[in-house]
Amino acid sequence: MRHTISVLVENKFGVLSRIAGLFSGRGFNVESLNVAPTMDPFLSQMTIVTSGDDKILEQITKQLNRLINVIKVMDYSEEKDYLQRELVLIKVSAKAEHRAEALRITDIFRAKVVDSSQTHYTIEVTGSSEKVNAIIDMLKPLGIKGIVRTGPVAMVRER
Amino acid sequence: MKLSGAEIFVECLKKEGVDTIFGYPGGVVLNIYDVLHKQRDIKHILVKHEQGAVHAADGYARASGKPGVVLVTSGPGATNTVTGIATAYMDSIPLVVFTGQVPMSMIGNDAFQEADIVGITRPCTKHNYLVSDVSKLASIIKEAFHIATTGRKGPVLIDLPKDVSVNKTEFKYPAKVDLKGYKPTFEGNPQQIKRAMEYMKKAERPLFFTGGGVILSDASAELTALARKTHIPVTSSLMGLGGYPGDDPLFLGMLGMHGTCSANMSVQNADLIIAAGVRFDDRVTGKIAAFAPKAKIIHIDIDPTSIKKNVRVDVPIVGDCKHVLQEMKKLAAAERGVQWKKKHESWLAQIEKWAQEHPMKYRERKGKIAPQYVVEQIYEVTHGDAIVTTEVGQNQMWTAQFYKFKSPRQLITSGGLGTMGYGFPAAIGAQIACPDRVVFDIAGDGSIQMNIQELATAVQHRLPVNIAILNNEFLGMVRQWQQIFYDCRYSFTCLSSGPDFVKLAEAYGAAGIRVTKKEDVADAIREAISIKNTVVLDFVIDREANVLPMVPPGAAIDEMIFEEKKGKEKLTPEQAEKITG
Repeated sequence: MRHTISVLVENKFGVLSRIAGLFSGRGFNVESLNVAPTMDPFLSQMTIVTSGDDKILEQITKQLNRLINVIKVMDYSEEKDYLQRELVLIKVSAKAEHRAEALRITDIFRAKVVDSSQTHYTIEVTGSSEKVNAIIDMLKPLGIKGIVRTGPVAMVRER
Repeated sequence: MKLSGAEIFVECLKKEGVDTIFGYPGGVVLNIYDVLHKQRDIKHILVKHEQGAVHAADGYARASGKPGVVLVTSGPGATNTVTGIATAYMDSIPLVVFTGQVPMSMIGNDAFQEADIVGITRPCTKHNYLVSDVSKLASIIKEAFHIATTGRKGPVLIDLPKDVSVNKTEFKYPAKVDLKGYKPTFEGNPQQIKRAMEYMKKAERPLFFTGGGVILSDASAELTALARKTHIPVTSSLMGLGGYPGDDPLFLGMLGMHGTCSANMSVQNADLIIAAGVRFDDRVTGKIAAFAPKAKIIHIDIDPTSIKKNVRVDVPIVGDCKHVLQEMKKLAAAERGVQWKKKHESWLAQIEKWAQEHPMKYRERKGKIAPQYVVEQIYEVTHGDAIVTTEVGQNQMWTAQFYKFKSPRQLITSGGLGTMGYGFPAAIGAQIACPDRVVFDIAGDGSIQMNIQELATAVQHRLPVNIAILNNEFLGMVRQWQQIFYDCRYSFTCLSSGPDFVKLAEAYGAAGIRVTKKEDVADAIREAISIKNTVVLDFVIDREANVLPMVPPGAAIDEMIFEEKKGKEKLTPEQAEKITG
C-alpha cells in the first residue's frame, strides 16, 4: 500500500540525513521525499511517499517518532480527507506536427506552457499523482525529452 | 566569568556527577586534557585502544547504573569507538562519548585526522551532535546526558571541534532540558494495565518473559514481588539474567537458542506471556511463525518501536517496566478473589516435569576439564555474588546457563551486537564502578585476544579483575556450528598457535595461572581471587565441548537438540592433523 507521511522536524543540521538513513538502514521504501521550511524558521515539513503493509507502516511512523529531531509524524491514511499535489515540468517535442496536439493536451489538463523553443515546449502541471501520470501518458506519443517531478506534498482538508 | 570550551566540558561533567571518564588523548583534544590535568574531581582512565574505552565505560554504566563517559581524539580515535558505541546502542546502555574534531574552519577539507564521526555514528547512536559554537556546548552536554539516561537509554555522541574547546563564553549550565521532539512515555496507560490484569486473572498457563529493560529500569524488586505474589514462573533473555533471582524456584532459566528445556517448552505451551523489557530478538524466538503459538501476549516496553516489531501483541503497554510492574502488583494485591497459587499449580507441575526430563547437564570426559564445570566452580567459589562479564560465543552461553545470577547488574555481556572483545574492558569498567566486588571476565581464547592490550590498563590501575579463559584453542561457537551443520569442516576456526596466556599475563605485570586438571579448578579460582592484582586463569578445556541444548537456526524453540550426535563429537586424527597442520 502506498502511504503519504508528513513529518514535522526541527530545522537542524543533519536532520535529512537522519531520516534518509533511517529509511535505508531499516530497508523501508522511499518513493519520494520533499522538504522545505515552514512558517516557523526553526521547523521544516517533510512529505514522504512510501509503501509497505500495515506492520511496516507502523514501524515507519514509530521509528520516525523515535528520532530526537522529529516533532510530529502523520500518516495520511485513506480515510482521512486530505489534499495531495505535486508539480511536474515536462519537456515535450514541439515540432510543427506536434504543436497543436501538445497545446490541446496542456489545455485539457489545465497545465501551462512555461517555456517554448523551436523544438520543445516545457509544460508545468500541478495536481494529484494520478493527474500527473495521465498527462505524461498523453504526451508520451509526441516525444518527451525529460520530466522533473517534485513528488507530492499533502495537507489535511479543513472542515 | 568566561570559560573556555575545555573548561566548560569539565564543569558540565562535574554538574552531571561524573567521577570517572575513560579516554585516550590526541591532537585536537589537547586543550581538554590540559584542563583535566589541573583538576582532581574527575578520574581519567587511560586505556590502550579507544574501543576499550567505550566498552569500559559501558561496563561501568551497566555495573553502576550511571552513564559511562568517554573522551577520545578525532579521526582514528573517533572511528575506533564505533564498535563500542554500536554495542551500547544494541543493548540500550547510557553513554556519552566525546570525540575531538578538527577546527570548524577545516571540517570538510580532509584535514589530518578528520573523520565525519557524526555521519558515521548516526545509525548507532540514540542521538549525536556536532558542537559548532562554544555558546551551545553546555546545553548540548545537558541534553546529551538527558537523552542518554532517559526513555530507552542509549549512547549519545558529541563531536567537539578543537576551536570550540579553545573559544570562551559565559558558562551557564541549564537547569532543565526541554526537547520538543523527545518526550518518552514513562507511565503505562492505566486502562491497558487493567486489561493486562484481566488476562492474568483468566490465564491458566501464564509466563513472565523478562529482558534487559527490567534491569535498566531497576524493576527487579517489582518483578520479583509480582511473580511471587501471582505464582507465575519467569524466564529471561540473556540481557535479563539477574533481573529475577536465578536460584528461585519460579525461575526457569534462559529461553531461546540455548535456553533450558523448561523455559522453551513453557513458552510454546503458555496461554499468556507477560513480556517486560524485551524486544523478541531472533535468538529468543527461533522460527517466528512458530513462536508461542498458544499464547496471548502482553508486552511492556518503554520503546514503542519494540512493540509489534517482531511478534503480534494483544496488550501493548508503552511505559517504564518499573512503573508498570508496580501498578500491576497493586492490582494483583487487590484481587482478593483469585487463588493464584492454586490456579497455576498444575501448570507449575507440568513445567517441573519438563525440567526433570531435560535438566541442564554436560558431558565430562576423562582427563579433560568441562568448561561448564569451570563456570559452576566460579559460581560456587564466589557464592554467586561476583560481577561476571563475558566475551561472545560459547563462553557467553555457558556463563548464562551455569552461573545463577541472583541480582541485576551482575551479568555484563554484549547481547545484541555480540561483540567479541567486549568482556575484558567491560570488566575493567565494572571493577572501577564497584571496587569492592569480585569481578570475573569469562572469556574464550579467541575473544580475549580482541582487546587483550587492556591488560596494561588493568595492571596500571591495580584492578583485581579475574579473567577466566575457557581455552579450547578454537573459535568455539563457530566450530560448534561447523561441526553440527557443516560436517566437521573446521574452516579457519583453529587457534592452536597460542599465545601462552600465562607468559603474556606476566609480560603485562599481571598474574597468570594455567589449569589443566579438573581437581585444580576450584583452588585456582580461590587463588586468583586472593591475588590483589589482575589475574589471567588459563583453563585448558575439552576442545570440542558444545553448548547444549541448542535450537537449530530456523527451527521452533521447542525443537531442541539435547545430545551430541554419536560419532560426531570427536576430531578424527586426519581432521586433527588438518586443522593443526
